[in-house]
Amino acid sequence: MKLTLKIWRQKNPNEKGAFVRYNVDDVDPEMSMLECLDVLNESLILLGEIPVAFEHDCREGICGSCGFMINGIAHGPERATTVCQLTMRHFKDGDELTLEPWRAKAFPIVKDLVVNRRAFDHIIEAGGYVSVSTGQAPDGNDILVGKETADESMDAAACIGCGACVAACPNASAALFTGAKITHLGTLPQGEPEKERRALAMVAQMNAEAFGNCTNIGECTAACPKEIPLEVIANMNRNYVCASFNRRDDLPAPVTPVAPMGSRA
Amino acid sequence: MTLDARIPSGPIEEAWAKACFDMKLVNPANKRKHSLIVVGSGLAGGSAAASLGELGYNVKCFCFQDSPRRAHSIAAQGGINAAKNYPNDGESVFRLFYDTVKGGDFRAREANVYRLAQISGKIIDQCVAQGVPFAREYGGSLSNRSFGGAQVSRTFYARGQTGQQLLLGAYQALERQVHAGTVTMIPRTEMLDLIVVDGKARGIVARNLITGEFSVHIADAVILATGGYGNVYYLSTNAKGSNATAIWRAYKRGALFANPCFTQIHPTCIPVSGDYQSKLTLMSESLRNDGRIWVPKKKGDPRPPNEIPEEERDYYLERRYPSFGNLVPRDVASRNAKAMCDEGFGVGKSGLGVYLDFSEAIGRLGEKTVRERYGNLFDMYQRITDEDPYKVPMRIYPAIHYTMGGLWVDYQLQSTIPGLFVLGEANFSDHGANRLGASALMQGLCDGYFVIPYTVGDYLATNKFAKVDESQPEVKEAVASVQQKIDKLLSIKGHRTVDSFHRELGKILWDYCGMARTAQGLETAIGKIRALREEYWRNVTVPGSGDDLNESLEKAGRVADHLELAELLCIDARERNESCGGHFREEYQTPEGEAQRDDEHYSYVAAWGYRGDGAPPELIKEPLEFHYVHPSQRSYK
Repeated sequence: MKLTLKIWRQKNPNEKGAFVRYNVDDVDPEMSMLECLDVLNESLILLGEIPVAFEHDCREGICGSCGFMINGIAHGPERATTVCQLTMRHFKDGDELTLEPWRAKAFPIVKDLVVNRRAFDHIIEAGGYVSVSTGQAPDGNDILVGKETADESMDAAACIGCGACVAACPNASAALFTGAKITHLGTLPQGEPEKERRALAMVAQMNAEAFGNCTNIGECTAACPKEIPLEVIANMNRNYVCASFNRRDDLPAPVTPVAPMGSRA
Repeated sequence: MTLDARIPSGPIEEAWAKACFDMKLVNPANKRKHSLIVVGSGLAGGSAAASLGELGYNVKCFCFQDSPRRAHSIAAQGGINAAKNYPNDGESVFRLFYDTVKGGDFRAREANVYRLAQISGKIIDQCVAQGVPFAREYGGSLSNRSFGGAQVSRTFYARGQTGQQLLLGAYQALERQVHAGTVTMIPRTEMLDLIVVDGKARGIVARNLITGEFSVHIADAVILATGGYGNVYYLSTNAKGSNATAIWRAYKRGALFANPCFTQIHPTCIPVSGDYQSKLTLMSESLRNDGRIWVPKKKGDPRPPNEIPEEERDYYLERRYPSFGNLVPRDVASRNAKAMCDEGFGVGKSGLGVYLDFSEAIGRLGEKTVRERYGNLFDMYQRITDEDPYKVPMRIYPAIHYTMGGLWVDYQLQSTIPGLFVLGEANFSDHGANRLGASALMQGLCDGYFVIPYTVGDYLATNKFAKVDESQPEVKEAVASVQQKIDKLLSIKGHRTVDSFHRELGKILWDYCGMARTAQGLETAIGKIRALREEYWRNVTVPGSGDDLNESLEKAGRVADHLELAELLCIDARERNESCGGHFREEYQTPEGEAQRDDEHYSYVAAWGYRGDGAPPELIKEPLEFHYVHPSQRSYK
């Protein structure tokens, strides 16, 4: 089938970007969206043009590298599917697809469809872990964890850090991402001792990056390829409120936020 | 040159404890004065960087992705083995050791495997403590399941995302050290060369993938944890970015490359659907527990599977291997699928596929039970193929999945270049000629959390480190060679894309050095690879420049290395005149068509040394001795 791809092209963070239309004539319905871009890029290279930059790695929907907006929807129209597993059979001959990068101040554009998501690493760095060094662990069965608790933790832990939640949110909030980690660790007995410190530190860092606030719209969970439930945000807020009441003095200083637009790092 | 694996003397049970005691220690106050480089942030690299940071060393960790959390360990599905014996079913350290040595078809080093089995339990404890949400029983204890090549349930898992959860555990431990200031994380940066000064590994040359800038990083030791080289075949279950550049550069700087021909082909992947195919997707091995594999008895039968009556189906694994049936090991299942397709019985558009049918299991267990066991895999299959495996059989075909070969390391995980340590899939050490399922995660974390923190300390405590700066000739030469290669790639401006060369290389390897190999075929492959490499440096086209994000240029450098490594792979396969594990030479098979080892002549590790471009590599043998597990012929009839 034939498709028209209207793709955001931007050479680097400093130059202005613009949409460019490309016709792709030999799209196979079995192809993934990324393979469709591969085919386009091969033809651009042979024409002496610069191929479209997009992020990708595992192409199995788990590494979280890939992601862009297709016709205004993060990861495109299929529910619970990243663009690497989105097959072209969901589109029909003659369709025009608009591809653009995640739009968020905290995710500065690097090139074309590639953005800088280091802000997510900073949020984890601020406290998204259990403070246990190698060799300190007791036997794995010393602390029992009920199946329901483990399942609830796993539901939140499934986050792949792709950034679709931020891109889908009208406020560009990172609440679903941050809430998922706070819930994953805070639900388990192993993460319980640091629950309050963690919530304070991670929320402070989230606020220090250029993410917006959560206003409970729920676009994030609808766009999430791993269907992280909205409850993780409520859980984060609950943890945060309790923590700020109990340990106001502990409010940690955030690490340096992600480099602003224009930086090359 | 003779190889000293530095295996401690005495009983194998005490070897690691003895080695640990004999190792020199670095005073806590002195640790921060030592700088270490870790390349790669997967299970091995991430866990190593975190653990070394915790000890107080000054660590720099590199990854080519935008975040260390993207490393391809994340895609592992099934689980991680450990000798915990929670199910009370006869598991022990010795049994895990025994199964791994046997599963590797007696081509692994006993002492390393024993240590792996000994440490396995501590890995689970560590991951639990980090908050990895392993599957649990209702009572709260850890769940186990069984896996290929074992008769005990020793596999721990987190749904079908065990690799993801273990990697996030290591990633979080790493970020904790970044926060503490002991580890500097340098993402989107690729190692392009190793700096060797006075015979010791002292640093790397790296390229920033966003700005194209080169940087030199000097340290007291370099740790490579850069994964395997499966992408040399182009189509594999590896991530698109997975590459062999770091280990290949190290090889060209003097590290030996061991057993490159030991590659693993996984039997259950979604078949190729067209020329545009960019990678292959694995369907977990666990599906063979309930799925039945068959092809139509009539060649090229055009009927849809559900219209082919029972008596016109050939359940070839059940027919040929009545006692193991569909549960034969990976190498046997893969070879048989290829044989059926080569004879013209394959199914699907391309004819390269066999059916994996769940209708009998659904009839026996009910759809609900099958959904509980395999629901997420069935969903993934349907998402990719648009076929409902509850109604029509899956189509599967084998694909390159893992490489057992890698840089040669001794018991301390040190390569033949002092100060260069190699962890995880990037080394050759623990899986022999075939890796058992759920053992890759175990090895990566064992190396990173529990082995390297000891062995690198011994190296640092027993060596002196002269100051190295960027003006030294070794450093300048390394930077210049990297720059020269990039300039050359950009200047060729030929008529073929990097991917077209990579695809062709992959096809050569798959056809002649895939599931079945012959001396003559390997000869042909070597000739074709040389010709392709020659054309590459004459006719490749790389668009854009070297000073911004340019994925074509990144790929061009990696494919240039793959084109060299592919030849070594074929040379190793040609030299090994026996069949063992994943290496099947058609000339060496039993009358029943099974792999025939030659222990008398080939019970050794083949370690290859670089002797210059165009010169044949040097083969150095490390003899393998088996004192605890007696080599035997595997049979699954």
